[in-house]
Amino acid sequence: MNELFGIPLAALLGQLVLGLVNGSFYALLSLGLAIIFGMLHIINFAHGALYMMGAMLAWMALHYFGLGYWQALVLVPPLVGAFAVAVERTLLRRIYRLDPLYGLLLTFGLALVTGGAFRHAFGAGGQPYAIPPQLAGAIDLGFMFLPKYRAWVIAVSLAVCLASWYVIEKTRLGAYLRAATENPKLTQAFGINVPIMVMLTFGCGAALAALAGVLAAPTTQVSPLMSSNMIITVFAVVVIGGMGSILGAVLTGLGLGLIEGLTKVVYAEASSTVVFVVMAIVLALRPAGLFGKEK
Amino acid sequence: MTATEYLRVSDLHAFYGESHVLHGIDFTVRRGECVALLGRNGAGRTTTLRALMGLTGRRTGSIMINGREAIAMAPHRIAQLGVGYCPEERGIYASLSAEENLLLLPQVGSGGMSVAALYEMFPNLAERRHSQGTRLSGGEQQMLALARILRTGARLLLLDEISEGLAPVIVARLAEVIAELKRRDYTIVLVEQNFRFAAPLADRMFVVEHGQIAAEIAQHELAARMPYLQELLGL
Repeated sequence: MNELFGIPLAALLGQLVLGLVNGSFYALLSLGLAIIFGMLHIINFAHGALYMMGAMLAWMALHYFGLGYWQALVLVPPLVGAFAVAVERTLLRRIYRLDPLYGLLLTFGLALVTGGAFRHAFGAGGQPYAIPPQLAGAIDLGFMFLPKYRAWVIAVSLAVCLASWYVIEKTRLGAYLRAATENPKLTQAFGINVPIMVMLTFGCGAALAALAGVLAAPTTQVSPLMSSNMIITVFAVVVIGGMGSILGAVLTGLGLGLIEGLTKVVYAEASSTVVFVVMAIVLALRPAGLFGKEK
Repeated sequence: MTATEYLRVSDLHAFYGESHVLHGIDFTVRRGECVALLGRNGAGRTTTLRALMGLTGRRTGSIMINGREAIAMAPHRIAQLGVGYCPEERGIYASLSAEENLLLLPQVGSGGMSVAALYEMFPNLAERRHSQGTRLSGGEQQMLALARILRTGARLLLLDEISEGLAPVIVARLAEVIAELKRRDYTIVLVEQNFRFAAPLADRMFVVEHGQIAAEIAQHELAARMPYLQELLGL
């Protein structure tokens, strides 16, 4: 059997893998957005800029310092996380008492400023970033060729999502996080340093975005503009999954990646809009999102 | 300040935004003493506890806890002085199981009660340990809110309306627990609407009116001051 509903099986599987790769990026980014929203109640419009920074820093590390993919994978997420911590300390902290709209405006402004700064310095053109030699090539699975790098991206993001879920749901730190998300003032009155946790949560969410950026660098053109398409889809993912739901963010990210991949095979013209069609349907049926709690 | 004084509140003012809620609260609590803050709704009793924990807006005055000035401290630093706070709404976390609620709070002092001892004191909690915290009955939630601060080693307990809305048999059990905690030398501040719950337990009572302490009544003066309390509290 090498056809399914008249579609060559190899093409179908290839698109599904590509869909999972995109879904992996959606999952990593929406996971960060979800934990930031849960803890800071800020819709982080700068998330795409942090993703772009991850990829740009990986490219800069190679171009200026000769640091390769593996070094970038380890160094860039903490670096972007530290940048986010500085932003939290100096800017976000001032607006927690205000209407959430201010958080949206501030992070949107930050996204414009960082995007603009990188465009000013490096131009809008894309830079190539090579797949590391260890992950070049493909594995012959018998029924299809699986490019190693795609398998790697899926594996890493699944592992990171699983680890995040474990930390949040099964550890003491996670219990502090859940408690602080639910009732920050009371949690602080029990002796837990909530302001530090808020700061670190923003840093970790940003580091996840940067990790996605480094992972994405070899799969796309690295450019200051690379965040714009991604971030719109990711916000749709978060809306579909339900604001603030961690499991929802991850499952919806992967699921929508797959749906996009399938649509490319069945009706390619709709592949860039299918996510928004799903969003409209979900919002009509379940306004709080698939995994969100009705208020 | 005398050696036995554990909490001294002097000229405490507190604000929620622009509104000035406490107008110079003054009282002291000795080590191992149980005091009750009585008063009408809106007199400022709950706000006094919240101000002690740093949960109101701006505060001025002085709060000495075991010899340390806490007026400028953040809430988590105040808790770490050895203060256990049981809020009026109980504050049980819906996203945590009963046992996670119990184990959540970090140690703030030495000599906290063990989980086994707490389950012995509150057997219902042992049975419901795996239930979602907010699925517990009101009485069980109140027991849980009390148990979790006893585990932390806190020696000063600020208990806000713990008898509110509970069945008489549970209120009686809570009274037993408070009496037991007094024997164990905990320092306790009760905020109570339920005069008959608080009066037998409190060594001294403070009447709060318009954000100030209007009267102090020791246990042995209680009979003589009953007419005043009856008029004031509408008993």
